[in-house]
Amino acid sequence: MTEKPVPVPNADTQPFWDACNEERLIVQTCKACGHVQFYPRALCVKCDGRDLDWRDAKPSGKVHTFSIVHRAPTPAFRADSPYVLALIDLDDGFRMMMNVVNCPPENVSIDMAVRIVFEERNGQRLPQAEPASD
Amino acid sequence: MTKKAVISGVHNTKVGEVPGSTCMSLHTEAALGALDDAGLKLSDIDGVICAYALSENYPMLSSAFCEYVGAEPNFNAGLHGGGATGAMMVMQAAALVQSGTCRHVLCVTGDNRLTGMTRDKAVAALSEFGHPQFEQPYGISIPAAYGLVAQRYLHETGATLEHLAALSVLHRKHAAMHPDAHMTKPISMDDVANARVISSPLRLLDCCLISDGGAALVISAGDAGADLRKRPIEVLGSGQGHTHEHIVAAPSLIDFGCKTAAARAFGTAGVTNADIDVAEIYDSFTITLLIELESIGFYEKGEAGEAALNGELTHGGRLPCNTHGGLLSFGHSGAAGGMYHVVEAVRQLRGEADARQVPDAEVAFVHGDGGILSAHCSLILGRA
Repeated sequence: MTEKPVPVPNADTQPFWDACNEERLIVQTCKACGHVQFYPRALCVKCDGRDLDWRDAKPSGKVHTFSIVHRAPTPAFRADSPYVLALIDLDDGFRMMMNVVNCPPENVSIDMAVRIVFEERNGQRLPQAEPASD
Repeated sequence: MTKKAVISGVHNTKVGEVPGSTCMSLHTEAALGALDDAGLKLSDIDGVICAYALSENYPMLSSAFCEYVGAEPNFNAGLHGGGATGAMMVMQAAALVQSGTCRHVLCVTGDNRLTGMTRDKAVAALSEFGHPQFEQPYGISIPAAYGLVAQRYLHETGATLEHLAALSVLHRKHAAMHPDAHMTKPISMDDVANARVISSPLRLLDCCLISDGGAALVISAGDAGADLRKRPIEVLGSGQGHTHEHIVAAPSLIDFGCKTAAARAFGTAGVTNADIDVAEIYDSFTITLLIELESIGFYEKGEAGEAALNGELTHGGRLPCNTHGGLLSFGHSGAAGGMYHVVEAVRQLRGEADARQVPDAEVAFVHGDGGILSAHCSLILGRA
């Protein structure tokens, strides 16, 4: 655990992670009922539909909640402490966990507007949030 | 008419640093203690339920336990509900005796997370509760996940850090009255406020302990009373609620499955929260208990903290709560952590709680939650 974990895509999530590598945020939608869901699954959790699609999501949102982590869970995250763990409500109506980066932790607040940036980690890019205004 | 199920035996080991303990030695000590308490022998047991352990790797822990003690029950299974496991075991075992599948079911938990694996390893192992692709890459830990919940909860309800601190101080005070508790040194509101931040807004003393320890229960058919040594305690009602596993997928950070679980338990028991004499409610963090007291309906949103500050949650108050000191101070040993709440409720209802006794306690509420306020199970227990 000396390196930060890198997401390992599976059949449900491969398109999502492939899009991240192109610096695009995409989200799964149900063709039957239109439900937008995160994380990607093999069925729609609203209508049990199996016919699912992907669409581009706006790379912006706001902080629903956050925590400044002082006690890192593994050595890989210790150098970053304190860092900000957050739940981000994307403007297209779904929620993701990210770090709020490129700003001092003490500047983060609930409802703060963020935009999505991508962090490269061992060949896989992953979405992160940074303040929308500088 | 539905057959009754009773809790016939309970036991907890010493909790805290238990040098020389192993996962199996704690299971064995807890199990034999509960059997002795019930006045039963291992050969009387026809059902066994175990949970899980972090310190030793047993993919089939319940089978490994039966092998270790030489038991050959006609029902044996593992149950994984995180901190809800203890209450879930009671619910499952009650169903087994009510259906006639078993007569006496032994539920056993134990882990030596403190001396068996170091705090760092326990914290790292617990971070794997996060979603492997969508949470773990961001450095989630269990305290960080509860920090996310706490930040939002304080924002929406107006609850304060002082409210959380009041719960921490309360638990230490209660633990000091229990001879088996892990942490008994008194703490003040200032101690909590000055403790180092683990994951904001939660500080060290907002977080549960990591302890060695074990606990076991025997659940028996309601007509087994003549075989038993002590007053049986009836399982009057039970219920579960499940909304998510990972905090990223939680539908709300304000209300959780505890609301549904408790409503179902109260409904099956035919009682209301006004009938509860003593409550033993999961307290992995101060925020956990605050939210559950409010979400379950014992208090309105934003009021449980004031109640703690006003002394309502201790002896002589409106709702004596976590009279053993809870996970915050009695101790947390994995699945055994949630069992300690059940054990304490039974002792209170039997009148065996010595210095901690709530006078004339007749009906108890027990609640366990696992994950990040994910899996919930409530029990209503009463004097049979």
